[in-house]
Amino acid sequence: MSLTLERTVTPHVGHDLHAPPSGWRRYLYATNHKDIGTLYILFAVVAGFIGGGMSILMRMELQEPGLQVFPILAQIINGASPETAIDAGKNLYNVIITAHGLIMIFFVVMPALIGGFGNWFVPLMIGAPDMAFPRMNNLSFWFLVASFGLAVTSMFVEGAPGMMGFGGGWVLYPPLSSNEGHPGPAMDFLILSIHLAGASSILGAINFITTIFNMRAPGMTLHKMPLFAWSILVTAFLLVLTLPVLAGAITMLLTDRNFGTTFFDPSGGGDPLLFQHLFWFFGHPEVYILILPGFGIISQIISTFSRKPIFGYLGMAYAMVAIGFVGLVVWAHHMYTVGMSLDTQRYFVFATMVIAVPTGVKVFSWIATMWGGSIAFRPPMLWAIGFIFLFTVGGVTGVVLANAGADRAFHETYYVVAHFHYVLSLGAVFAIFAGFYYWFPKMTGYMYNEALANLHFWVIFVSVNVTFFPQHFLGLAGMPRRYIDYPDAFTLWNRISSFGAYLSGIGAVLFLYLVYDAFAKKRLAGNNPWGRGATTLEWTLPSPPPFHTFETLPIVSAEH
Amino acid sequence: MSTKDQLRQYFGTQGLFRARRLLGRPWGLATLAALFPAVVLADGYPVPGQIGFQEAATPIAEEIQFFHNDILLPIILGICVFVLSLLVYVVFRFNEKANPIAARTTHHSGLEVVWTVTPVMILIVIAIPSFRLLTHQVTIPPADVTLKATGKQWYWTYTYPKDQGGGFEFDSEMLHDAELKPGDIRQLAVDNEAVVPVGKVIRVQVTAADVIHSLAVPSFGIRIDAVPGRMNETWFKAEREGIYYGQCSKLCGKDHSDMPIAFRVVSEEKYAEWLAEASKKFAMKTPVHYAAIDKAAAPH
Repeated sequence: MSLTLERTVTPHVGHDLHAPPSGWRRYLYATNHKDIGTLYILFAVVAGFIGGGMSILMRMELQEPGLQVFPILAQIINGASPETAIDAGKNLYNVIITAHGLIMIFFVVMPALIGGFGNWFVPLMIGAPDMAFPRMNNLSFWFLVASFGLAVTSMFVEGAPGMMGFGGGWVLYPPLSSNEGHPGPAMDFLILSIHLAGASSILGAINFITTIFNMRAPGMTLHKMPLFAWSILVTAFLLVLTLPVLAGAITMLLTDRNFGTTFFDPSGGGDPLLFQHLFWFFGHPEVYILILPGFGIISQIISTFSRKPIFGYLGMAYAMVAIGFVGLVVWAHHMYTVGMSLDTQRYFVFATMVIAVPTGVKVFSWIATMWGGSIAFRPPMLWAIGFIFLFTVGGVTGVVLANAGADRAFHETYYVVAHFHYVLSLGAVFAIFAGFYYWFPKMTGYMYNEALANLHFWVIFVSVNVTFFPQHFLGLAGMPRRYIDYPDAFTLWNRISSFGAYLSGIGAVLFLYLVYDAFAKKRLAGNNPWGRGATTLEWTLPSPPPFHTFETLPIVSAEH
Repeated sequence: MSTKDQLRQYFGTQGLFRARRLLGRPWGLATLAALFPAVVLADGYPVPGQIGFQEAATPIAEEIQFFHNDILLPIILGICVFVLSLLVYVVFRFNEKANPIAARTTHHSGLEVVWTVTPVMILIVIAIPSFRLLTHQVTIPPADVTLKATGKQWYWTYTYPKDQGGGFEFDSEMLHDAELKPGDIRQLAVDNEAVVPVGKVIRVQVTAADVIHSLAVPSFGIRIDAVPGRMNETWFKAEREGIYYGQCSKLCGKDHSDMPIAFRVVSEEKYAEWLAEASKKFAMKTPVHYAAIDKAAAPH
């Protein structure tokens, strides 16, 4: 189904009442959804290099058994003395793995997909002139910047006794995250950081729900809305339902730490497991929040480059709704080893396996979309096809882990690390690059060098597989995660994994060069560089679109 | 007849272990083994370059490994190969050169039913052995020996109850590089292993003294979190003598990598001897009684 405009858009040349502010005010006070989207994308790229850089440091340490890198780093960064370097290095490693996880989740993937592409393209796709609450949109972005600042600060104040930073993993479990494990202020800074990040996303979610429900152009019913908009809608509901629970959990942690409560302290009648339930009630939907917008992007791209409408549009939309719904009631599959009863474990195994069904519907529907199509292998399509296969690989290891009996062997091992990196680094990140290469010409007006883009794809494709596939072997063999050192027998696959990581670092630098080259060469992209398959509203607009778009609403009709 | 007994009938008891050692199976893993050097598995610790599980030393570990290697792995490999084949076919058959005019099909109810129902059936096939395995893991059979393991930053304390010949506890700390003797495994060897008799049901009660830890032994197929203020239980029945290692499995601070778990499985006679010696060596002031453990473990 494609959409046609029945009324053309009159680009609004700025006059005094509407001219955007210039210079730094345009961005600090940004209320334009395109400007805010751009800010989020830039933010995500910067954070991506920081989080990615941390992962390279981790893989350098893990390349060989024994401690080589972090004792030295601790002397440089934390000012440790040669005598305390080893202990400080071990702590720093835990701080870095924690920061890596938090940064990638809250400061890279979510800003890129939801803040970046969501803000840029949901209003354009539904024919809305902007988001429902432009000033709150601005608040969401700058909250995130403040959040990042607090998280970085936390790394440089005391955490565990005599050490800097919080080294307890992105899951923040007490008692390690209480005064028992980390009495210093690092954890408190981190709690405040996550409060801000959560608030940023809650406000953003409210904005998206209101925009999508109330500001669709005439004729654009929900069932004619592009699947990317659907994906953001479901994601927004998950955010608004689950972030308050995380906020509650970390507030309880804050009061345990500072105001004498004992929610998670057994000596006061509390239970560390309460935190885990509250955390994962957010934490599991969070992983669907990370992937659903990616699903939406993949649907747009597969359709565009197969020159065919998406197969089974309603099935696709409601599969996402089903994934969102069921994703709310499976959280304790992250807790199979805490000592839950047999019946409880059985329920969560059953519910978790159910999610495989709508997810399979999506994978098969993407392939069915390509079937009979006329496929052009432009850069966005490479990422999308790569996504379909690699997300399937990550998804099936998730089915393995869903079985508590098997998870007994795999929990907290590298098998889990391999699983979630396949669905995130080879799923969500592939979707981010797919969206970037798809929408870059629209956002900037420039086309990138396609040979470089293809090279970037292949370097990343090879490198991330070399990095993460061997980690399945490590998990099967029993290597635990969050370990700075390991028994010598695990050396081979760790070494190979590290080489993959270094190669992906080269790919990241290549990406930066490609972006620089696109801005330097200024090849004009035109309204629609992708041809007849690009049927959503953004491709009817100039590239880049004017500051204000759809000030005159388009009227949308369907044609089969 | 249980799966294990069926396998035992087919391979014989010794053959069962040898068969697993050789990594050879009629399909699937044979290909993997051809690509990577076949590893001879050892008891209780990982060997260089291994791509599969450590050698199973308990019935539960065998059941886990059978469930994964012979049910889950073939299914997921099949799904990945299937999806990859479809993608490869589509890429070659429907690229714009081969197929300049795109079709307009957007529905096919029959197909949509098939690709909803078939995964459901596959999941049912997985669920049946899955639930059976889970029940075996979580239901603790009548125990011959009970001991308590307490996770601390950063070592384990093992407590043996007095009315089972114990009445002592001792700490088990990792041997650091300078303390290793020839034959010791770096990052796994400890000063005092937890000793248990072979062929007996061992119930391990696990808790923690400070932060959350987790007791895991891959070759036993067990993993249970050590949560302060909570008494968790697991069980195993070791089928062969030897030393079996695991590592702490919940991030617990700077030395999380340095607090392994080690069980030394010995004959019943040796166990009785050790118990007597250890009682003297590690005597506690207030010994732990079985009845007290039982009451603490009762659900409340």
